[in-house]
Amino acid sequence: MSQDPNAKVAVDASEVGANAAETGDRDLSHHTDVVDDHEASRESPDFHALAEHGHVATALDPDAEPIISVDNLKMYFPVKSSGLVRRTVGHVQAVDGVSFQVPRGGSLGLVGESGCGKSTTGRLITRLYTPTGGSMMFEGQDLAKLSNREMRPLRRDVQMIFQDPYTSLNPRHTVGSIVGAPLAVHNVVPKNKILSRVQELLEVVGLNPEHYNRYPNEFSGGQRQRIGIARALTLNPKLLVADEPVSALDVSIQAQVVNLLQDLQKEFDIAFLFIAHDLAVVRHFCPEVAVMYLGKIVEIGDRETIYGHAHHPYTQALLSAVPDVKQAAIGGRRERIRLEGDVPSPINPPSGCRFRTRCQFAQEICAKVEPPLLQIGKRHKVACHFAGELGAHPATPVTTDLLAVDDQGSPVPGATPTNEQLTIPGYEKTWYDLESKQTTGA
Amino acid sequence: MTITSPSSAAPASDVDGPFLQVEDLTVTFPTQDGPVQAVKGLSYSVELGKTLGIVGESGSGKSVSSMAVMGLHDAKSSEITGSIRVGGTEVVGLAESRMRKLRGNSMAMIFQDALAALHPFYRVGDQLAEGYAMHHPKASKRDARRRAIEMLDRVGIPQPDRRVDDFPHQFSGGMRQRAMIAMGLINDPSLLIADEPTTALDVTVQAQILDLLQDLQREFNSAVIIITHDLGVIAEMADDVLVMYAGRCVEFGTTKEILTKPEMPYSWGLLSSIPEVGASTDARLIPIPGNPPSLLKPPSGCSFHPRCAHRGKVPGDLCVTELPELTSASNRAGHLKRCHLPNPQEIYQTEVLPEIAPDLAEETR
Repeated sequence: MSQDPNAKVAVDASEVGANAAETGDRDLSHHTDVVDDHEASRESPDFHALAEHGHVATALDPDAEPIISVDNLKMYFPVKSSGLVRRTVGHVQAVDGVSFQVPRGGSLGLVGESGCGKSTTGRLITRLYTPTGGSMMFEGQDLAKLSNREMRPLRRDVQMIFQDPYTSLNPRHTVGSIVGAPLAVHNVVPKNKILSRVQELLEVVGLNPEHYNRYPNEFSGGQRQRIGIARALTLNPKLLVADEPVSALDVSIQAQVVNLLQDLQKEFDIAFLFIAHDLAVVRHFCPEVAVMYLGKIVEIGDRETIYGHAHHPYTQALLSAVPDVKQAAIGGRRERIRLEGDVPSPINPPSGCRFRTRCQFAQEICAKVEPPLLQIGKRHKVACHFAGELGAHPATPVTTDLLAVDDQGSPVPGATPTNEQLTIPGYEKTWYDLESKQTTGA
Repeated sequence: MTITSPSSAAPASDVDGPFLQVEDLTVTFPTQDGPVQAVKGLSYSVELGKTLGIVGESGSGKSVSSMAVMGLHDAKSSEITGSIRVGGTEVVGLAESRMRKLRGNSMAMIFQDALAALHPFYRVGDQLAEGYAMHHPKASKRDARRRAIEMLDRVGIPQPDRRVDDFPHQFSGGMRQRAMIAMGLINDPSLLIADEPTTALDVTVQAQILDLLQDLQREFNSAVIIITHDLGVIAEMADDVLVMYAGRCVEFGTTKEILTKPEMPYSWGLLSSIPEVGASTDARLIPIPGNPPSLLKPPSGCSFHPRCAHRGKVPGDLCVTELPELTSASNRAGHLKRCHLPNPQEIYQTEVLPEIAPDLAEETR
């Protein structure tokens, strides 16, 4: 290999890597220690150039084909009894019948409180867990049913970025071997080409390619997360599962990483399943958002609908809990919906609607019948008997006709459910209009 | 004192002046590579019933300065100069035995990671009661336990008489944080320092905890310092904001001033690097380039200059050579900034705001 680690390499800030972040001075001639890296550029960074690299929120492409179609996905973890014979005494219903699609080159956000199953969903898609039921159609193959051996070639296409950049990198491997490992495992490039590919990747994520022989501890949190991103990019994935990619980072660094991910998405046409609990970051990154509660999707829709016209009481409560800088700056504060208590145990979830124990609108029907995930708009589905905008929740359940039950949730004798909407991963052309209680179309 | 809080016109207590007064505080840690000045010449004050928010990146000295107030730095491995007065008592150089009387009694701290801050082997109630018994030597065990139950009830833990015998791992994340707050408040301290109290929590739980802190503050009329990097939390909680960078105060003012008319490029950077749930989707997310500086070799002049995008607007290389003084911001009392820029307000309104909040910029035009 002709690469001398000490050689001085002139590197242009690449289009993608020029993320305004570590693209400062890469002249290593007077370089002594990583600590100096912050001594960014000798010339002043210009605000307008900086602003150019900052991105506005990602826009929705409504016609994009789905890259992955998840249908009724379930993951039950067994709970074993103590003692010698460890019998299964119950199941943690971590993910219970989740359906969604991620568009090619687009991104779907998955939000919810801790323990709602959003991370488990991410791990199911990367097949770090084998699902209990359901299907995940990816390029004509069902990821849920493949064996580990059959899965292997597909792992190139589905990669993951982890939350904690401190524990997800092996401290005893150099950055070069961390980022290069997937190349070696999958025999993508000849052994002697690995290093140049690694350096290329480091440059893409805005790190100095000269640093391939350093260890993770020599980097800051934001730089480590970039290493994790470079590793995920190594095999040119089509779908990236980003599990809380920025929540462990400092505010100023968060924006750098979010911008980098947006750059990469545009450049390489990668689809993202973006899991986060920070609603503001998800809003910025994802044109489509799914809200999960206790293993189920309670509301899914495009950004404008979810953040502007949420119909599920849980989504409304989540949004009202986010502190708002501008509101407070002007003075005053939004009315906050207080959620009492904690999330119930997923081992023994409440009957009917899972949110009913903390819901201020809950009535008898909510305990008896589970609300279906009903499509109520062009790109909007909600699972609630009393779906309505904040302050305009209907007094009577909206789902009675569909489910053939009366207002208390008891089955009406003789009536048949008219719910023709099966819960499909994507969106139907027609939907159930809440006002007229009729199925309408575009 | 170099900083007078704008709200000082309305003293809320019988104590003369602010309850906590920090003047010219410098904290130095000697290390093998040389001394690290984690906090340099920091001055601020907090009155009873008021909340001061301290923001900054990790390593900016926000935690170090508040730990100095609590007297938690080991005298052998740190040098503290300046003055910290808590309720009239000088804390810097105070003997450990006298410090113990203050700590937990008239001032208390709430830490970020409640699971790490609570002892896993002791029952929650015992840990609470210990703090009470320590400062009330005459109190019996039963009194201490009753007080622990009372506090758990006050912070909203259901069935406190049963949960008092639980271990920390039996509590959920939000409940642990509540237990920590109960522990901090068990002796009715007049000063409460909350170090990233909600960072590890979900938004819904965060909202509950912030509401609780505000209720308690109103009830006990205590002075609160809230340390966070989340401007949203600051916006909801704080009366005044102190922005720290590389160990120094770079901007100080009322919350409204700092969030609507910041005059220091670092504050602009903080505002522009967080997305918002209510903002227009045309708002750009503009990060602060680079990383926080090493405090071993802090940059010359203004410590923010290597990352500052507005350096070119300052004549000459003043930013590199000279540390700007903490001076009054343009024509407003009580708003201080440390920056050489001659016309920060104009730059913010015409250049920064249109990029980060196009909707707001149009309104003000």
